[in-house]
Amino acid sequence: MPSALINVPAKARRGDIIEIKTLMSHIMETGYRHTASGEVVPRDIITSFVCRYNGNEVFRADLFPAFAANPFITFFTTATESGKFEFEWIGDSGFSETASASIIVE
Amino acid sequence: MRFACIIVLAGLAAADALAAEIPQDERRSGYSFMTPDTRTMQDDSTANPGMLWVLDGEKLWNRKAGAADKACADCHNDARASMKGVAAHYPAFDKVLGRPVDLEGRINLCRANHQQATPLGYESRDLLALTAFVARQSRGAAIETGNDPELQPFIARGRDLFMQRQGQLNLGCANCHDDNWDKRLAGSAITQAHPTGYPLYRLEWQSLGSLQRRLRACITGIRAQAYDYGAPELVELELYLMSRARGMPLETPAVRP
Repeated sequence: MPSALINVPAKARRGDIIEIKTLMSHIMETGYRHTASGEVVPRDIITSFVCRYNGNEVFRADLFPAFAANPFITFFTTATESGKFEFEWIGDSGFSETASASIIVE
Repeated sequence: MRFACIIVLAGLAAADALAAEIPQDERRSGYSFMTPDTRTMQDDSTANPGMLWVLDGEKLWNRKAGAADKACADCHNDARASMKGVAAHYPAFDKVLGRPVDLEGRINLCRANHQQATPLGYESRDLLALTAFVARQSRGAAIETGNDPELQPFIARGRDLFMQRQGQLNLGCANCHDDNWDKRLAGSAITQAHPTGYPLYRLEWQSLGSLQRRLRACITGIRAQAYDYGAPELVELELYLMSRARGMPLETPAVRP
């Protein structure tokens, strides 16, 4: 299973704007490169990323071949209640990974 | 008269060589040449892509391998304690081989001798991951490579190679990294060749890479024939570079542009 790094603040006050950082291990092969013998290296990228906060989608991104390897996606959301952030990456060749992180909102 | 001439010439040559090396108090890590964005990426462990290899390395550290069915952890226990400061001494002298080995070489020797497993390929993800995981335990430690007196002839050979002009461009490492480190080459900072953060994540490579990969790229850049991975010449060059960075803190896994 590929490694992922998630950075969600452990604690926040209700109404705080918090930054969430995610880093997913992936080669992001564009599909435009060729081997020395001329064969196309098949495309192998992450195509979508979703973040859900207690089940509600708060962030979504579509990814394309121009993304660098090991995509680093950061975004902001408002801390509304204690609970769980769930992250999902979906990509070519059946790539599907999940991760989660908890937050306490006071 | 002729004898005096030779002495004067020898003196000049020696002065020239000394003047070329970077004074101790002017030594800088490649980190200090980077933009604030890239520095932040290196400093934030959840933004530093090199940490993905460190995480993989931790899994490998605890995974049994080879005919001996042993994991690194079965002998070395918790790397946080047992590997602390270890990478700051590499490349180190191996008594059995009678020559220096780098950290990648040491891991592969351990695999072959103690795990009875096949050595990992240079630049393979697993070898980079294990090396990064081990070296990460020394992050912040001062580099101490080259204290062993048995290493002195190898350091001297590495230094000779560093000074030696070669390739179609007829350049030695020193022509850029000692003489012109305050300038730029095609828009990029030249830097001082202090390998403080290997294996490191190069944005250009979109991957972690070893010091040998970096050296081979540089040698190809001066249009000389690069040594094969694991060649003694590359290890001697690594050894010289690490010994000249003695006292500087290890940054593994570093990020470079």
